[in-house]
Amino acid sequence: MEFLAYFGDVFTPINFALLLLGTIGGLILGATPGLSPTMAVALLIPFTFKLEPAQGLILLGAAYTSTVAGGAVSAILLKIPGAPANIATTLDGHTMAQKGQGARALQLSFLASAVGGVFGVLLLIFLTPLLAQWALAFGPSHLFWLAILGVTVIGSLDGSSVVKGLLSGCIGLWLATIGFDDIMGAQRFIFHPSVSGGINVIPALIGLFAIPQVITMFAKGRISLDAEVLSVERHPIKDAVAEVFRRSRALTIGTLTGSIIGLIPGVGGQIAGLVAYDQSKKMSPERDKFGTGHSEGVIAAESANNAMVGPSLVPLLTLSIPGSPTAAVLLGGLLIHGIFPGSDLFDNNPDVAWTFINSMLIGQILMCVFGLYVAGLAARVAQVPNAVMAAIVLGLAVFGSYSVQNSMGDVYVMMALGTGMYFLERFGFSAAPLVLGLILGPIAEANFIQGSMIANATSSVGQYFFTGPLNLTLIAVVVASIAYSVWMELRSRRYTTKEDAVKKEEALS
Amino acid sequence: MTDLPRTQHIIASGLVAAVGVAVAFVSYTQEPAAAFLFPRMISTVFVVLALWTFGKALMGRTKVGNGLDARALLNILPGLLVALVLVYWAAKWLGFYTATTLAFFILLSLYDPAPHGAVKTWIKRALITAGFLAVMYGLFAGLLNVFTPREIFF
Repeated sequence: MEFLAYFGDVFTPINFALLLLGTIGGLILGATPGLSPTMAVALLIPFTFKLEPAQGLILLGAAYTSTVAGGAVSAILLKIPGAPANIATTLDGHTMAQKGQGARALQLSFLASAVGGVFGVLLLIFLTPLLAQWALAFGPSHLFWLAILGVTVIGSLDGSSVVKGLLSGCIGLWLATIGFDDIMGAQRFIFHPSVSGGINVIPALIGLFAIPQVITMFAKGRISLDAEVLSVERHPIKDAVAEVFRRSRALTIGTLTGSIIGLIPGVGGQIAGLVAYDQSKKMSPERDKFGTGHSEGVIAAESANNAMVGPSLVPLLTLSIPGSPTAAVLLGGLLIHGIFPGSDLFDNNPDVAWTFINSMLIGQILMCVFGLYVAGLAARVAQVPNAVMAAIVLGLAVFGSYSVQNSMGDVYVMMALGTGMYFLERFGFSAAPLVLGLILGPIAEANFIQGSMIANATSSVGQYFFTGPLNLTLIAVVVASIAYSVWMELRSRRYTTKEDAVKKEEALS
Repeated sequence: MTDLPRTQHIIASGLVAAVGVAVAFVSYTQEPAAAFLFPRMISTVFVVLALWTFGKALMGRTKVGNGLDARALLNILPGLLVALVLVYWAAKWLGFYTATTLAFFILLSLYDPAPHGAVKTWIKRALITAGFLAVMYGLFAGLLNVFTPREIFF
């Protein structure tokens, strides 16, 4: 119950103001199609430089939580999911809004998000210290395999091609080796002065997540958003509260599914929402009503995608292994403030860690309270033309990456990586494993070198890295995740025609 | 898959494979060897996967990724050119704020669906650009104290 000791820190004037700012800003950003939670958090990092570590993390955590929930606004009122996590919400939420039940759908969505989100953060609160204690037993070989696991799991589970996912991870691991070697001081792959100090993670994250989105907006050309914003009429909130708890089956399925999926590295909110929706539909006696504006669909999808947020941070805070691209961006935010997550985070910086986690708990409730008031405004912001949005994001990306070290080199790297990533994405490569490779590369290499030194002094390298129950378990998980993904890929190809695959990709892009 | 994406897949995976081979070559030939131990490991996997992908592209068996059609490419080109000129030339030599404001206005003019002939459209674009400049200046110069290159202008 250590977290209770730091609960008051969330309510200091600055911390609470930042929490409010992150929550309301996140709700509006989340509603904007094309601004994913990962990209929103990446663009916000430069604004945290002047803040204390806990304050910066409060802002980033609040933005993460509320962008996921905010995406429901445009999903319900515009039929455009604000983020992939809200795809399932569109199925019933927009139909409800078309029937004149937009306010009810939004209320159910924010209430379900809050219930799922609070449960997810409670899991984070109670699981993290346990895992952190367990992680104390980890040596260099285990941490090396964990880092590799982080890259391979995301590489194989994220995206539709295992080989291209793993290849993206390799590119990220290679990018992480650019610069001076830590042990020998040797220059590695310095092909341009901009990368002589290595690739700074923050500009790289901004480039990899923001620039492809900007170019995607360019690709649409001179188009206006034709989506009609459906009006939000009054609906008694107490009825919505009663309905959420009356639909306890959908709420429980969504919350549990989201929490479990959040704990698995690489499986994001998009999957959580869709799996919860599907399971809820299968287990409901009213399954025929799904897709026709049934409240259970909204409750299951929204409780799942917010329940996923807390557990997705467990591997990050305990093992330094970000389980998702957004967690990777948060890791960048931690590192820039000199906070190293891992087993000793709660011993060295308990104030930062617990204030951050507690703020996420309070943030879930604030998001629910403010969500309904901000929904109308957020739906209007979601209609900002592509041209304006692309220019704003480009401007923020340029200024944000420059402000990291006041270096033009960082801006060059940001733009080069972002442009390259856009074209790679068009050919089936994915940004998430590349980012994970970039972030986990130094962890993997440092532990590999350290492990090799220990091995040379005690046993052989092979024996050190390939024996012992924990090493073997981690290797087995690496192999199993790749094998499972290959099997799933082959299976889906057998049942999917090429035309279906093309249609699915176009819909997702 | 049509011929165009197939050719594009061959070019894209060929470029990735070329990078992989170059990384592996440097990793295995540069000294001190100890500094390149980890790059050697990853570059080996990199090359194997990249050549596998290239081989599949050559055989026309790539199943993921739609490539780029001519229309999308034509839409992208002007905006991308403005972004590249902003980042690699204008930001440094004209000054961050001037260059970003110009780029913002040009991008707005290029991609805004509003009719170019109406004066009202141009006034709206100019006002949005001025608002953007004010917010960026307030945030980065005022709030964050970031000193940006100001060169010829500001």
